[in-house]
Amino acid sequence: MAEMDTSSGGGHKKGPGVKKGKKLSTRVDLTPMVDLGFLLITFFVFTTTMAQSTAMNMNEPKDDPEMQMKVKNSGAMTILLGRGNQVYYYFGQLLPETISQEFKSTTFKGIRQLILDKKNATPIDDLMYIIKSDDRSTFKNAIDILDEMVISAVPAGHYAEVPMVDVEKMLISETEKANGIK
Amino acid sequence: MPKVKIPRKSTIVDMTAMCDVAFLLLTFFILATKQKPPEVLSVKTPTSVSSKAAPDKSILITLTKEGKVFLMLGDDTKKSAIIDDFNTTRGLQLTGPQLAKLKKTEFIGLPINKLRSALDATQEIPATAMDGIPTDSSNNELTFWMRSVTNAYKGSDMNKLQEMILVKGDGEALYPIFKNVKEAFKANEIFKFRIVTEGEQVPSGSELYKTGKEVKK
Repeated sequence: MAEMDTSSGGGHKKGPGVKKGKKLSTRVDLTPMVDLGFLLITFFVFTTTMAQSTAMNMNEPKDDPEMQMKVKNSGAMTILLGRGNQVYYYFGQLLPETISQEFKSTTFKGIRQLILDKKNATPIDDLMYIIKSDDRSTFKNAIDILDEMVISAVPAGHYAEVPMVDVEKMLISETEKANGIK
Repeated sequence: MPKVKIPRKSTIVDMTAMCDVAFLLLTFFILATKQKPPEVLSVKTPTSVSSKAAPDKSILITLTKEGKVFLMLGDDTKKSAIIDDFNTTRGLQLTGPQLAKLKKTEFIGLPINKLRSALDATQEIPATAMDGIPTDSSNNELTFWMRSVTNAYKGSDMNKLQEMILVKGDGEALYPIFKNVKEAFKANEIFKFRIVTEGEQVPSGSELYKTGKEVKK
């Protein structure tokens, strides 16, 4: 009771009557923390919803023969989607004399730059992308090309889906044969 | 005066009990949670840069890889009205119990001529054995279904419907099926709808990336 630890903080030598301070263990028990961790994990696992799927808006034009839009040849780029994720394209109109040079094929990787180049090279009022899907192309292709339009920030109303004509179908199947795409 | 010795208690508590409780909770939650029902129609949707979340309540049209079309009426308030309307407009003359059964089914994936026998059957037809709703241009039954849907939402609910029509398609589904679905929409003056996609990062360096604008279409 009457005892007092008089040794100063750094004093190592202690007199014979001085009580030695009991050393407390520095080990902290981690178990409660682990438990709390588990509890939190369970809480979050059960309250979090899985990544929600997103939705892309789609606007279809009204089918009206009188509302046919005239497109300038200089501003038009036709993108054709074929089988095996192939993309074909041409600018303006296909003329019989120059078909072989004008009708080109590319992939979804390559089409982005082409879309962008066309966009930069054309006055915005004339710009029009015409998208045509082959019967053998997939749903994914159709969505991807619309997505490309958004990625390249092509304003709405400057791209449209149009049914494919026979000449184009023929050209695609010929190109496919030549390139060995089945 | 003798020193009073205070007995020092050990600070180490037995952790076993606590651990037990934690694991008990873990097991309880695992067992008590209702698991998300496995997707009957497995569909791998394409990706898009759109960041809008798909609405929960929806009129969902699913296109499978095989090219089958299924219709899910997710709006419980209108589901009954849609099916009743379909029954009367198509002259199906389904009986009360048959109608009740149809209303209870999660999705519709049968052509009209097979609907009745399926409703009478005691065994449920698995989704994989269903034919899907015919959508070919000669017999586009989805058009009739969509007509009933638009009938049910006539008037002020029309704007709500536009937000709710979702098309969820497998990436490998062929384009003509999608075209047929669009035809069915167009025949019913539905020009706006949404396509369910998986989120995707905007490619760096693209126009959209530079403008950094929210995707609006």
